[in-house]
Amino acid sequence: MSKVKTGMGRRSFIKNVSLAGGGLLIGFNWLACKRAAEESGKEMALEMPEEWFEINGYLKIGDNGVVTIYSPNPEIGQNVKTAMPMLVAEELDVDWSNVIVEQAPLNTDIFSRQIAGGSQSIRQSWEPLRMAGATARQMLLIAAAKEWDVPLSELTVENGIITHSGSDRSIGYGEIAKFAAKVEVPEEVVLKENNNFKIIGTSRKNVDAKKIVTGQPLFGLDVNRDDMLIAMIVQPPAFGLRFKSMDADDARKMPGIKDVFTIDTYPDDMEKEWSDVAAFSKLVVVVGESTWQVMKAKKALKVEWDLKPELTEEIVILEKSPALRDTLGLENSETHESLMANIGPEESQMVRKDGDPEAAFKNAARVIERSYSCPFLAHNCMEPMNFFANVTNGKAELLGPIQTPEFAEKSVSKRLGLDLENIDIQMTRMGGGFGRRLYGNFLVEAAVISDKIGAPVKLVYTREDDMTNGVYRPAYQVTYRAALDGNNNLTAFHVNAGGVGESPLFANRFPAGAVDNYLAESWTIDSHISIGAFRAPRSNFIAGAEQSFLDELAEEMGKDPIQFRLDMLERAGTDPVGENNDYDPARYAGVLEVVRDKSGWNTASTASGRGVAAYYCHNSYVAQVLEMDLEDNQPVIDKVTCVVDCGIVVNPDAAINMVEGGTIDGIGHALYSELTFKDGVSQQSNFDSYRLIRHREAPKKIDVHFIENGMDPTGLGEPPFPPVQGALANALYRATGKRIYKQPFLPEIKAESREIKT
Amino acid sequence: MAQFDVNINGKNLSVDVDPDTPLLWVLRDHLKLVGTKYGCGIAQCGACTVHLNGNAVRSCQLPVSSIKENKITTIEGLSEEGDHPVQKAWLEHDVPQCGYCQAGQIMSAASLLNSNPSPSDAEIENAMNGNICRCGTYTRIKAAIKTASNSQIA
Repeated sequence: MSKVKTGMGRRSFIKNVSLAGGGLLIGFNWLACKRAAEESGKEMALEMPEEWFEINGYLKIGDNGVVTIYSPNPEIGQNVKTAMPMLVAEELDVDWSNVIVEQAPLNTDIFSRQIAGGSQSIRQSWEPLRMAGATARQMLLIAAAKEWDVPLSELTVENGIITHSGSDRSIGYGEIAKFAAKVEVPEEVVLKENNNFKIIGTSRKNVDAKKIVTGQPLFGLDVNRDDMLIAMIVQPPAFGLRFKSMDADDARKMPGIKDVFTIDTYPDDMEKEWSDVAAFSKLVVVVGESTWQVMKAKKALKVEWDLKPELTEEIVILEKSPALRDTLGLENSETHESLMANIGPEESQMVRKDGDPEAAFKNAARVIERSYSCPFLAHNCMEPMNFFANVTNGKAELLGPIQTPEFAEKSVSKRLGLDLENIDIQMTRMGGGFGRRLYGNFLVEAAVISDKIGAPVKLVYTREDDMTNGVYRPAYQVTYRAALDGNNNLTAFHVNAGGVGESPLFANRFPAGAVDNYLAESWTIDSHISIGAFRAPRSNFIAGAEQSFLDELAEEMGKDPIQFRLDMLERAGTDPVGENNDYDPARYAGVLEVVRDKSGWNTASTASGRGVAAYYCHNSYVAQVLEMDLEDNQPVIDKVTCVVDCGIVVNPDAAINMVEGGTIDGIGHALYSELTFKDGVSQQSNFDSYRLIRHREAPKKIDVHFIENGMDPTGLGEPPFPPVQGALANALYRATGKRIYKQPFLPEIKAESREIKT
Repeated sequence: MAQFDVNINGKNLSVDVDPDTPLLWVLRDHLKLVGTKYGCGIAQCGACTVHLNGNAVRSCQLPVSSIKENKITTIEGLSEEGDHPVQKAWLEHDVPQCGYCQAGQIMSAASLLNSNPSPSDAEIENAMNGNICRCGTYTRIKAAIKTASNSQIA
């Protein structure tokens, strides 16, 4: 039994009434009269109550016992809109089929960390959300005890019915809610033991599923208002260019076009939030009546661009060799690759050192050194960036897809000089996030446009605008070196990692802690191409590289790749090197042992290639075994076995879905996807040139297992993505006989094949 | 601008738009049927898939002037109660993650089953290859199509 302080003051409870009561989103019929029943396809009508009673900011109860639970965090497809209310409902002890879920708007008085990012929603709300449910339950019980004048301890509750067995009385939440709403908030509540969970750990369908499969308006792009205009941007065609002048005469005359002007989203003197990332601050904006008309007008615009002055200034390329000077100029992927291979590592900063790696490498019988690299990636959320804004009379109403509403609110406040309380941000369901919508430049742009034209507006990016707008996963490179002594023992490990604008290094991750002599170094090279977090930031590359290197190392040492890792983890567990190792070796080993068993690792595979990888990130552990064949140089992935340790699994079937999706997404980006630059211009701008994984290329089977350890839940949106890239690389090696060091893998496979033929 | 009469989901409707306006934007902007999604605008992602006389087509590439008497079905009109076998199978398998591409996926799947009630794995993969799911729900989509296929036969 765990008692927790509620931390909920009366103030927040009273304040939130206005939120909950007025929390209807504009333009949508959010209060569903019907919701999907648990059985597929059938609908069960939930009668709407005549009156709602606010119990706390997380929920309200209708006089008929129907409960509305507000899901605080943005929904980007990670399914928190189902899982978060499940935590509340569990402790409220309510029948899940009596629950309606609504997306809460941004409300910093009640909720903390309304962010979709870092796979933290469930982990960080595990206690607060259960506490909210338990607090409400306690208030309902107190109200019933008072009404019946019986001791609180004699009451029991199940599925929203409070019973006093001594007097054979029972009452539903709906009947007692009006009294509960007036009860003093308890200072402490008791949370359930894990073995008493009735909702947590059981599979519940996506609360929006019925609306999704019937095409109901859910997304930002679906927002419609009678008086709403459509706005689109025209941005520089290359990173490093800026707006110079335009001839908009033809565009202005086109049907439906209201105005053409420029905006400066982030003026130089504006104090920015971390989420205010934009490669292009000054934009041309076209406003009109309908999307197609605005799209056509964009093409009729004649805009001139010129080079940003700072790109023409000579800068020192290599601090250690000040004579080496050049301009940054308009960037090319080839130059990035060359700089990463030759210049970057020269600029390395030591981040961690254990033992004496220099001596160990000097005395090594053998040194194995391999370098890995990856290209830029665009997030490519299927729903392009967009936002609705209505800024009038000192107030801003903002509605749309944003992963960081709290930061966006501050940005709008600073940009337009509005008080925070006059900015209302509501989140729609999002057609993907993947990190892109952490950076709300499009939201600020929408607000600035609405402010300028004095009308409600929906800003819409075309796919091309979206893909060439920046905030990318940057190109990275890492070089690993391993020192082996005469007995083939690993004596030293060296990781040197960097990238364009950001290094992917995690110095304290495995195999740090497992090797006596360890050196981790980091570097970055400058760029004018904006970068940002992309699903499993940095891990999304370095996990695959590291796991490929360990696979090759195991082979060089004549060891089984799983046993090799387990031996190292054993060392890290019993006699760790260093003090800041960020992982739990036992949990790490746990997923590897189970994947060995579940994948049948110790029996021969019928597939021509089989590879393993394991990684720890976002507080969770994932091991994957991938089995594949090659048909005409095209990998055919037969099966991926995934073992995940993310503690308690709140919604198992949805969690399996997330692991399947992360696995497919990881495979797809490693094999196919890349964004390249020529003279600052992104060479891919739509799905004809930017390749994403498709149906035919998906694994035939994905087998998902979770470690059951009863530990508090950790992240799941990101952890399945990184390691599968290593499992794929290792399987490809077994299938082709060639190690692949560069993403995307597919062109490398084909290049190898051409070499073999000639 | 010109007047166009179109038959959408069994209803005869009239819109006043430029002749080259793609059906996608007629649906979304003018008829407020927003279930059909914009993803790429160049027929590469399948998010905008609708039925033209029962066959899957990309509405982003279909000028309103070309529709004439052909019958258009959108996700909103696939079934009256949201209980088309494909929709039911999608719910049973809890397919969606973000959900944005799913209307297009469902329309492609329904069209496939119209012409081939019991497709093989390879036939499913080929028919669905034009529909991108960035969340990676492909294995569930395939399972749901098989469920829908079986329920149609039964």
